[in-house]
Amino acid sequence: MSDETGATTGADGATGPGAAGGPGRRVRVVLVDDHRMFRTGVQAEIGRTDITGVEVVGEAADVDQAVSVITATRPEVVLLDVHLPGGGGVEVLRRCAAVMAAAEDPVRFLALSVSDAAEDVIGVIRGGARGYVTKTITGDDLVDSIFRVQEGDAVFSPRLAGFVLDAFASTDAPPVDEDLDRLTQREREVLRLIARGYAYKEVAKQLYISVKTVESHVSAVLRKLQLSNRHELTRWAAARRLV
Amino acid sequence: MSATARVTDLDEPPVRRLYRSADGRWLGGVARGLAGHLGLPVAWVRAVFAVLVFTEGLGLLLYAIFWIVVPLGVGGRDKPLTVFERTEDGRRRLRKPDRGQILALVALAIGASVFIANLRIDGETGRYVWPAMLIGLGVVLVWRQADNARRDTWTGRAVTHGRGFHLVRGLVGVALVGTGLAVFVVVRGSVAQIGTALTAAVAVLTGIALLAGPWLIRMSQDLTAERTLRIRAQERAEVAAHVHDSVLHTLTLIQRNADDAGEVRRLARAQERELRNWLYKPEGTGGDEEPTTLAEAVKRAAAEVEDKHGVPLEVVVVGDCPLDEKLVAQMKAAREAMVNAAKYGGEGGAVQVYAEVEGRTVFVSVRDRGPGFDLDEVPEDRMGVRESIIGRMQRNGGTARLRAVPGGGTEVELEMERADG
Repeated sequence: MSDETGATTGADGATGPGAAGGPGRRVRVVLVDDHRMFRTGVQAEIGRTDITGVEVVGEAADVDQAVSVITATRPEVVLLDVHLPGGGGVEVLRRCAAVMAAAEDPVRFLALSVSDAAEDVIGVIRGGARGYVTKTITGDDLVDSIFRVQEGDAVFSPRLAGFVLDAFASTDAPPVDEDLDRLTQREREVLRLIARGYAYKEVAKQLYISVKTVESHVSAVLRKLQLSNRHELTRWAAARRLV
Repeated sequence: MSATARVTDLDEPPVRRLYRSADGRWLGGVARGLAGHLGLPVAWVRAVFAVLVFTEGLGLLLYAIFWIVVPLGVGGRDKPLTVFERTEDGRRRLRKPDRGQILALVALAIGASVFIANLRIDGETGRYVWPAMLIGLGVVLVWRQADNARRDTWTGRAVTHGRGFHLVRGLVGVALVGTGLAVFVVVRGSVAQIGTALTAAVAVLTGIALLAGPWLIRMSQDLTAERTLRIRAQERAEVAAHVHDSVLHTLTLIQRNADDAGEVRRLARAQERELRNWLYKPEGTGGDEEPTTLAEAVKRAAAEVEDKHGVPLEVVVVGDCPLDEKLVAQMKAAREAMVNAAKYGGEGGAVQVYAEVEGRTVFVSVRDRGPGFDLDEVPEDRMGVRESIIGRMQRNGGTARLRAVPGGGTEVELEMERADG
């Protein structure tokens, strides 16, 4: 099923026949989750392409399958479950590092999990996922998040924002060279508002900045989270007895 | 559910069960256990045993049978009556034995001497009596030892006297039994044969050890494996029991309330939270005791409000600190804000609760996406917001801000300085 749809759509999904889909955007998505019921549910929720603009071009149930489907279909966004047979979402991210970094049409990952434990969230974000949403999310929000990820933004749920704040809160007296990894005051403010349940638009209004600025702040946070050095990660994990 | 059952189990004293008493026993704890079981003074029981010894050693026989059959336990009398409390070794004289016990002791001594005198020691049978008594003494020593070991394992108490003492006692017991057996062999033949007899005994023992050794090791390994399996099975049974108790019941309730979306949501969320707690929290936490840290308190309050009003609350906590008086007040205000948000703003979706500890400041925000309201239009006599939230925060030296945009939801921001550090 995945192969035929993948083949017919081709690479230029953005200019496809989806003009009816509201703003006319199209996005090609691969679903990775080991529960068939859940995949079916998500498919039913977001897969009505003419309304949502989301086209599910492939599905996978474990790590190996995911890697091959992703390399074969080259979707724009992968909805990735964190707990998978064969090594979990982190393993998929590791093995897809090449397609993720591709200059032409990069594949972006959005983690979608029932778990909201800190180690899962931080793990896949450090692995390179562009966002993290929990399975309680509504269909509309999920579609919205997919598009945001496709455009290169990060999707932060309030909970994820909380974890990030927590992770960076312990770096109170860092040496100079770690300054690069710390959050600026503004980024903290943005994260705080997201953690309080504000949408990006509301954050922008609250701080008298544009939505674009909010998004760039959030992306900066994501980059720092991925870049922040091993030392800090170890400390963070040790503080929470994860290691 | 199961927890309460277990508690009542423990609370009810096992009155009708017969145990050998581990507390204040002289030998095997038989007399004390019986006394506790029958509700008689222990001295009487001991006296009866002593008297029975006169009748051809029946008392000894009975005592031995009880010792073998009845398990060691914590039966017996309540504490004040124990005489030689947990000191079988040397320190017994420190306690004053009461008259009854002295009597019992005397009776025991007389009984023993009469018993011994009755036997014609110098006669034919006498040759067997002394070895038999030696063996008996050794067996008593070793068995008593085994009892101690068992009691230590199930009380989880550290061994009061070192391993050396146990070892010496065990060895003495074994030596006594060995000597008795050797003497048995010898009295049947002549003294000259003692060397041969001992050599033969040692040879046989070595042979048995060589033959049975591997088998014994295998058996102990099997035992260990069996124990791990059993532990695993128990674990699985516990999981099954929990899933049965909570999850299946909730699913049944959900089926029954399938038409009531709100109720179904409430049940599902409560169950989800409970299961998460059970799966990811270490044992001992999540009980009914009062929360001691801010994060716990926020989550607890949110969970309660969520259960009561059927509106999902999304909680994000950054940092944590112990609760002090001012923070308790802040928690109460926050809870009130959560209740308000759930009651009036729950239609617009999940209520967001955010708490952050930053340095000395504790910040809590409760935000809903309901219709919002105009604070100025709230009648003077409505005390909820003014007293429970704003007033309470101000009385405790904190601040409360209320943002209530008509159509844009309501947000309550509570800020408080911690009392210390």
